[in-house]
Amino acid sequence: MKHLFAFVAGVIFSLGLIVSGMINPAKVIGFLDLFGAWDASLAFVMGGAVLVTFFGFRFVLPRGRPLFEAQFSLPTRQDIDMPLVLGAVLFGLGWGLVGLCPGPALTGIVLAPASIGLFVGAMLIGMALARRFGGKI
Amino acid sequence: MHDYLLATIGGLLIGVAAVLLMYSHGKVMGVSGIVSRLLPPTDKDWSWRLSFLIGMGATPLLFLAFASTAPQIEVTSNISLLIIAGLLVGVGTVIGNGCTSGHGVCGLPRFSKRSIIATVIFMGVAVLTVFLKSKMVGAL
Repeated sequence: MKHLFAFVAGVIFSLGLIVSGMINPAKVIGFLDLFGAWDASLAFVMGGAVLVTFFGFRFVLPRGRPLFEAQFSLPTRQDIDMPLVLGAVLFGLGWGLVGLCPGPALTGIVLAPASIGLFVGAMLIGMALARRFGGKI
Repeated sequence: MHDYLLATIGGLLIGVAAVLLMYSHGKVMGVSGIVSRLLPPTDKDWSWRLSFLIGMGATPLLFLAFASTAPQIEVTSNISLLIIAGLLVGVGTVIGNGCTSGHGVCGLPRFSKRSIIATVIFMGVAVLTVFLKSKMVGAL
C-alpha cells in the first residue's frame, strides 16, 4: 500500500508534466526567454502547483504524522550557505542550456530515449560525483 | 489561451502529487533528491523513491498506449551540450539540495528561506543563460 501511494504520486506528477507542456524542452526555453519571444504559459504550472501545495500542506501537516511514517520529514535549515547558492547557479546554467530539469528529464527519457538519455546519464554521474565529493565545498 | 489552461491543469496535478506524497510518506516531492539518494551511498529509505520513479516512467507509456498523439518533445541534438547540461544539473541539484519540484513546488508554499533563495537564483541564471545563448547564436 505504501508503495502504491508513492507510485500513484509519481504517475500524477508525470501526468502534470506532460499535460502542462513542461515535458517539452523547447517550451521551457520559450518560458525562460524573458527577453525574447516570451511564452508565459509555464508560469501557470508553478502557480497551479504552489496553489495546491500551499493549501494542501496546511491541511496535511496539522494531522501530526503521515499515513505510513512516524513523522513528517521536512527540511529545517534556514541558513543561506555557499553550496546552496553555487548549486542553484550550476543548476540554472544547465537548465537554461537545454531546457531540461530532473522531473521532465526522467519522464521524457521514456519518450525520447536517445537525446534525453544522454542528459540523464550525465545527470546521474553528476549527482553521484556530488554525493561523493560535494561535502568538501 | 489553450496553453494557459493546460499549464494550469498540469500545475494543479503536480501540486496534488506533492500533497499526496506528503500525506502518505511525509516526504518532500523533490525529484533531484528522490533520484540522487538512490545512488551510492544509497539512503536506507530507498524503496518508496523507486516506486515513485517507476510511477513517473509509467505515465508516458500509458500515454503512448492510449492517447492518439505522443506528447511533443523538441530538444537539442547537440551531444556535448546535452552532456554538459546534464552534469551541471546533476551536480547543482545535489549540492544545492533541490530542483524545481523540491525547492519550487514544495519549498515556496512553506516559505522556506533556502528554497526561496535557491528558486530565485536558478530561475534567474536559467533566464540569463537562455538570453546569452540566443545572443551568441545570433552573433555566429
